Amino acid sequence: MSATTLTPQATPSRRGAELLLLVLGGVVFMGAYAAVGLSMYGELPANLSTYGAFLAVLLLGAHLVVRRFAPYADPVLLPAVGMLNGLGLALIHRLDLADVDRTEQARGALPSGDALSQLTWMAVGVVLFALVLIFVRDHRVLQRYTYTAMVVGIGLLLLPLVPGLGVEIRGARIWIRALGFSFQPGELAKLVLMVFFAGYLVVKRDVLALASRRVLGIDLPRGRDLGPLIVVFGASLAILVFEKDLGTSVLFFGSFVMLLYVATQRRSWLLLGALLVLVGGWAAYEAFGHVQIRVNTWLHPFDYEDSGYQLQQAMFGLAAGGILGTGLGQGRPDLVPVAKSDFIVAALGEELGLTGLMAVLLLYGIVVERGLRTAIASRDAFGKLLAAGLSFILAIQVFVVVGGVTRLIPLTGLTTPFLSYGGSSLVVNWAIIALLLRMSDAARRPAPPPSRATPTAAQAVARP
Amino acid sequence: MNRPLRRMSAALMVLFALLLLNANWLQTVQAGSLNQRPGNARVLLQQYSNERGPILVAGDSIARSVETKGEFKYLREYPDKALYAQLTGYFSLFDKTGLERSENSVLAGTDDRLFIRRAIDLLTGKDRQGGAVQLTVDPAAQRAATKGLRDVGGKGAVVALDPRTGAILAMQSAPSYDPNPLAAHSSRAVQEAYDTLNEDPDKPLRNRAAAEIYPPGSTFKLVTAAAALSSGRYTADGVVPGQAVLDLPQTTADLRNENRRACADGTPTLTEALRYSCNTSFGAIGLDLGDDALREQAGKFGFGRDDIEVGIPSATSRFPAELNAPQTAQSAIGQYDVAATPLQMAMVAAAIANGGKVMQPYLVDRLLAPDLSQLDRAEPEELDTAVTPQVATALTSMMVDVVENGTGRNAQIDGVSVAGKTGTAQVGEGRDPHAWFVSFAPAEDPEVAVAVLVENGAGNTEISGGQLAAPIARSVMQAVLGSAS
Repeated sequence: MSATTLTPQATPSRRGAELLLLVLGGVVFMGAYAAVGLSMYGELPANLSTYGAFLAVLLLGAHLVVRRFAPYADPVLLPAVGMLNGLGLALIHRLDLADVDRTEQARGALPSGDALSQLTWMAVGVVLFALVLIFVRDHRVLQRYTYTAMVVGIGLLLLPLVPGLGVEIRGARIWIRALGFSFQPGELAKLVLMVFFAGYLVVKRDVLALASRRVLGIDLPRGRDLGPLIVVFGASLAILVFEKDLGTSVLFFGSFVMLLYVATQRRSWLLLGALLVLVGGWAAYEAFGHVQIRVNTWLHPFDYEDSGYQLQQAMFGLAAGGILGTGLGQGRPDLVPVAKSDFIVAALGEELGLTGLMAVLLLYGIVVERGLRTAIASRDAFGKLLAAGLSFILAIQVFVVVGGVTRLIPLTGLTTPFLSYGGSSLVVNWAIIALLLRMSDAARRPAPPPSRATPTAAQAVARP
Repeated sequence: MNRPLRRMSAALMVLFALLLLNANWLQTVQAGSLNQRPGNARVLLQQYSNERGPILVAGDSIARSVETKGEFKYLREYPDKALYAQLTGYFSLFDKTGLERSENSVLAGTDDRLFIRRAIDLLTGKDRQGGAVQLTVDPAAQRAATKGLRDVGGKGAVVALDPRTGAILAMQSAPSYDPNPLAAHSSRAVQEAYDTLNEDPDKPLRNRAAAEIYPPGSTFKLVTAAAALSSGRYTADGVVPGQAVLDLPQTTADLRNENRRACADGTPTLTEALRYSCNTSFGAIGLDLGDDALREQAGKFGFGRDDIEVGIPSATSRFPAELNAPQTAQSAIGQYDVAATPLQMAMVAAAIANGGKVMQPYLVDRLLAPDLSQLDRAEPEELDTAVTPQVATALTSMMVDVVENGTGRNAQIDGVSVAGKTGTAQVGEGRDPHAWFVSFAPAEDPEVAVAVLVENGAGNTEISGGQLAAPIARSVMQAVLGSAS
């Protein structure tokens, strides 16, 4: 790590830079929102200012909370996710307009439909973001809830299977509906289970790393240490089998194996994990029709009239967008089924083109990189693992979704963080960013007075 | 733990790099073929969401886009219905044909010549607008051709050219069709309209003027006469064979004159042989010159060339390769395997009218930007020299003789000297022959050359080019000369 981390006194808070970047993000959103109105109706949206003001209040509020409660936190994360969220809102608004069939009625009543509800969820997300920063003053307190997190996490994952509560939408049983609200508990389980993984591995990493047998030149863990790996593997398979949720299943197992590797520094875990993924993947392909359909549709999207339709339309959209895109409001992203949630990347690539898609991917890259930098800079093992895990699931979600929509890999249903329409995902992702900011604040905060922690001690912590 | 973290970061960055590479691949390299892919409704919707430019004839839109409500923003209209359908083609949900296809980039506004305007539109947020395509067609001639073909009934085609430039003044094929139902926004309506037209035994979707080939019959004698004069062995006033029956070597078959009598008492001049369209004379000349000379002459008029591109589908006219003597004699009178489009025969007449120079025919006069400023203008282009000016002059006076004294009297116009040649092409046992007429006027300073074909004599009892086709040619020439004055 750079010298900055080792001499924390030199770390400026960079809150001013954060504010500047937030303003820039706001400009991007306002520009996108105005462009939608201009291209579809030839005039600026009537509520551009109220809509923009609302967003500005949310983001500035978030900024002030960071300034007050995590003054040394990374200055790039909040503006980056703010920009993604704003861009997502503009895209969802644009798709709303396509839904109302471009009639006169659309013109007056904006924001409407899903964009409004997304904005509401964003407000909830930002409030949660603030609450996490205000009440979780030290991320290490989460370590206390390691096993509680395990129970809660597994409970959340199983919730959609409860009869009467869970509902099946488009083949996947990942939703619960109660009191008029629907929620995807798996989204929250991501965060909770990451706390469990980090807490568990901090305690067990020495055991998992040291006790081993050497087989064929590879250090293999002892049989009984394989337990947790097998449990998580089984749980992932169970999600795949009972909830038909390929994405979440890949996400959980992948992040657990990755954290195992980070915690123990043993590559054998990666090998074992890869082996289990191959076996599990092969078994799932053989056993389940929906996995076979996914794979076959991926390989030959144009041979499958029905199951390939969505992917075909997404590819047509991306192709129509080309390098510069059709322009916001000037393409037909509404031709792709479920464009607002799973396939928002196709809408983005059509109307903002390869240029816009690459910009957004780079933005995600920055978020992930900032998260991982926090992990590297963290002074405690729990923080390292938690930051790494949270960054990892963000990265894998982006990879799996964008890769699926652009036909790099088979399609799995996951939302694109911050961009897609979907309340549960948005709210949880804001909480994840709050935790990352909390940990980066801890990592970048100037060291306590020398009387309580000597420089050597600080260095010892920072050393890998 | 930092080392595995760095490795993990690197691995994740590789994944992001893969995403970026794949997106680049998809949206640049693959985009073209995806956009062309059948079943991709998006490109089609895009086409309908921008105002497509008009196709103009003498200032009027013969194809235009009008704004409508609904998913498709613009509807393509053809106000003259069948009058120009063979030229415009149609712009349907499934297909584009004719000029709608060949000039699509200008009409759709995607042409490179419109790039700067498009860039400005992009910045100002204006919808892309297509440019206009202005045709060379003379509406009076087009109407005369259409009426002439309708009056005679049945199937046929007319092509009128400006012999000095190659500009197409009229091109009609009968029966024609109304392109409007094919441009409808309902795919079912379009499919039904297409099926009806496609299954019509009269094949109205085919452009008989340019995309179908027919035996040219006696109108091909102009080519044979041109070869004869060009060889230097014949003159217009020199005597040529003219017996009632020409015995074809190597075969028991004979070549006879239409009336089974000798031509002008058996010793006609070349002019007389053309005046009465004597088969035996031209068969004998063909035998004398040989198939190579005929083929070469036909080639100079444009036979066998596949580069005669007028923006609509065209067939290549042919003079067969490798002929034996009887086939040569048959070919010299436009039978056997000789086949020409009416456009090609109009080019033969036009070349003679133009002092021997064959002009590249063209249909598009100008391309205009949406603001009607000029993007491009057609330049008349010489395709070949078919005959010398002297031979052209001799052929012209022989053709004038045909109209004044011979088989082409029905093409006479008061006060204008008309040059012409009839044709009655046999198409096999038991089927009525095709009636042809090719001509130009005024003979001394030609302004228009016309070829007319009436398929299978349109079921008339009296089938000959002079009877059926010549009056149509006359009305088209009158229309051009009348609208020119």
